[in-house]
Amino acid sequence: MTDVAETCVQENPVERYLRMDRIPHIWCPGCGIGTTVNCFARAIEQADVDLEKLAIVSGIGCTGRVAGYLNFDSFHTTHGRAIPFATGLKLANPDLKVVVYSGDGDLVAIGGNHFIHAARRNADLTVICVNNFNYAMTGGQAAPTTPLDAMGTTAPYGVCERPFNLPFLAKSCGAVYVARWTTYHVRQITKAMVEAMNKDGFSFVEIISPCPTLYERRNRLGSGLDRMKWFKENSVIKNGSDTRNIDIAYQQPIICGKFVDIDRPSLLEVTEAKIGDIRGKQRWADVSRRQKKSIEQTE
Amino acid sequence: MAGYDSGSIVGAHYLDGDHAASEGAIAAGCNFVAGYPITPSTEVVERLAWRFPITGGTFIQMEDEIASSIAIQGAVWGGAKAMTVSSGPGISLMMEHIGLAAMTEVPCVFVNVQRGGPSTGLPTLPAQADMMQARWGSHGDYEVIALAPSSPQECFDLLIHAFNLSEQYRVPVLFMMDESIGHMTERVVIPPSKQIKLVPRRFTKLGPGEYLPYRAGDDLVPEMTQAGVGHKVHITGLTHDEQGYPVMNADCQHQLVTRLVDKIRNNVDKIAFYHEDEIEGADVVVVTYGITSRVSMRAIRAARQEGLKVGHLRLVVVWPFIEEYIRSLAGKVKALVVPEINLGQMVLEVERCARGQCEVVLVSHAGGTVHNPQVIYDAIMEAGR
Amino acid sequence: MAKESATSVSSEEKSAGAPKKARGQVYILQERCKGCGYCVEFCPLGVLVMSSRFNAKGYHYPEVAHAEKCSGCDLCGMYCPDFSIHGARRPTKE
Repeated sequence: MTDVAETCVQENPVERYLRMDRIPHIWCPGCGIGTTVNCFARAIEQADVDLEKLAIVSGIGCTGRVAGYLNFDSFHTTHGRAIPFATGLKLANPDLKVVVYSGDGDLVAIGGNHFIHAARRNADLTVICVNNFNYAMTGGQAAPTTPLDAMGTTAPYGVCERPFNLPFLAKSCGAVYVARWTTYHVRQITKAMVEAMNKDGFSFVEIISPCPTLYERRNRLGSGLDRMKWFKENSVIKNGSDTRNIDIAYQQPIICGKFVDIDRPSLLEVTEAKIGDIRGKQRWADVSRRQKKSIEQTE
Repeated sequence: MAGYDSGSIVGAHYLDGDHAASEGAIAAGCNFVAGYPITPSTEVVERLAWRFPITGGTFIQMEDEIASSIAIQGAVWGGAKAMTVSSGPGISLMMEHIGLAAMTEVPCVFVNVQRGGPSTGLPTLPAQADMMQARWGSHGDYEVIALAPSSPQECFDLLIHAFNLSEQYRVPVLFMMDESIGHMTERVVIPPSKQIKLVPRRFTKLGPGEYLPYRAGDDLVPEMTQAGVGHKVHITGLTHDEQGYPVMNADCQHQLVTRLVDKIRNNVDKIAFYHEDEIEGADVVVVTYGITSRVSMRAIRAARQEGLKVGHLRLVVVWPFIEEYIRSLAGKVKALVVPEINLGQMVLEVERCARGQCEVVLVSHAGGTVHNPQVIYDAIMEAGR
Repeated sequence: MAKESATSVSSEEKSAGAPKKARGQVYILQERCKGCGYCVEFCPLGVLVMSSRFNAKGYHYPEVAHAEKCSGCDLCGMYCPDFSIHGARRPTKE
């Protein structure tokens, strides 16, 4: 082999955003979560984000460990509750850019109620969901994202339930930005993350990822590399697609793209518009006078 | 009479306990409340939803109590002073996050306006049956502080104290009201803000790189920071080292959990707060807390008129429990009488601490109303015979 | 970390010299690699191959087979789940 000397003379660009004292990470060989972190590291450089004010909130699970590896103010909360934690963090300190980075089981099973409500109230959050089609940290149980008929340790005869179509869920609840990509689409993921972080309101990026140790092994879908090749060959990019038509079926093509990019006043904007002029007026007598005045004016 | 001062309504007011607690939160500098409607605590969040825009605070009605109990912790890391409010069923849902607040040492207040349980129980009627849940409700070893007010005035005063304790010890504080206190309307005097002593958050002065979020000094309480100031902290509910990083081994578990418990247990004398009435030389001491204190007073007065030497010990801080005090008291009296609106909770602590030195008498009540003073009187007379 | 890089430098530094025409260069931390093969598979210019050798963890790691082809696009860096490889463009002026 006529190889050329390759030495680590230059820092990997992702490293400046990692807690290097915690690397190597716990993710399995071929796991896609690390790939999404690469994309995230590149996205925050391009997005309109003050890195001093960036906070990462994760729940529990494999993707939940992302917060622990990123060198920002980072919060590894309880199972399913990253979104309400992040909502409190953002409302208390609107200067922060708050990104929720978690897995499918965490965000849409146990955390599903928080997910739909954060989208409904258009909370100023960017939610990145790494969807590996199963509960990986606990050993490959079926999740609400596991495609019908796929195997999980708690679905030994195949899943009997229809899975969530996450972009449709997010859109129908009011998200202002919705995209889905697979870990094969690293450039597109990065762009989607940039766009999502630049939005006010609830933005959502779903990233389909291999879980070679559990989902692929149990379903005999090969290695992580096999899965990535499958993503490459079976992803159909349909930007602007109607999210009602992009359900994921077992080993059927996955429709990727940016599906929603709209503007709708965010929770903070609406709140400010409603009570901004009341805030700090310590006497409510003053408030009622103001309200009276504005009512008179409208009449 | 009434005036305004730093957002508080200063002067004498006619308020129920729920509203008094809301004003107490404002006076304590609380500026973030997440809540979910539940009888009989709803009036607290209703008032704060109305008052907070005026005082500069943020109120959000979350989708459930689970969300409320963790939104406040996000807010604390955003720099806010935060509180949530609920009643039994909601508090049960919040238990995991009381554990998270204990583990990650988040100063915050959980108000529990107790109602009859278990399950949906008696939404509109009082009980004191969540006392053990307050102490032991979340899994694992941890310590919290819990206070029990017995009047609307105390709902105001003690809620400020609850915030102060939470900041002092970086611990979740449970504020154990009950339906009868919450819905009892009385005179509440709100002092000017100058007269209210607040414990400020113990923010670190150390810079990035020097500051470790879980390195504690002699008092075992680490200094705080908040997101966005450059410390780049990692906060996790996993067992963690001084840096906040997860460490999965017995040594780290021992160090962390022991410190979390010791920072309260070693300071029981400082945290302790109780009222004594004619304890010296008493043959029978009635140990009470919350609304039951007030019901007991009538029984105690009647027993004293019969010539019995009856003392009254009213616990204001119920957790941590004043073990040493009760142990010593038990050696000096014939009996300790413990009336409570449950089938025996704090009486277990009293019995444990009395170590058989005296008789311990429970005057139980399944909830739905307060005791008839007669049954407390009868128990006192029986014990003093 | 420092140890990791040092190993990589001492064992690999043969100063064979990168071909002058290459627009980019790949940097590999072979000890951090877990052998998923994404970088080799998805390198658009076929710069990399999997080594037949093992690292200390027992994984095959990527090696540069065609350094002259590297454009420094960093796609390998974006794919690598273990942060063990990245590409960079060479400065245009020597």
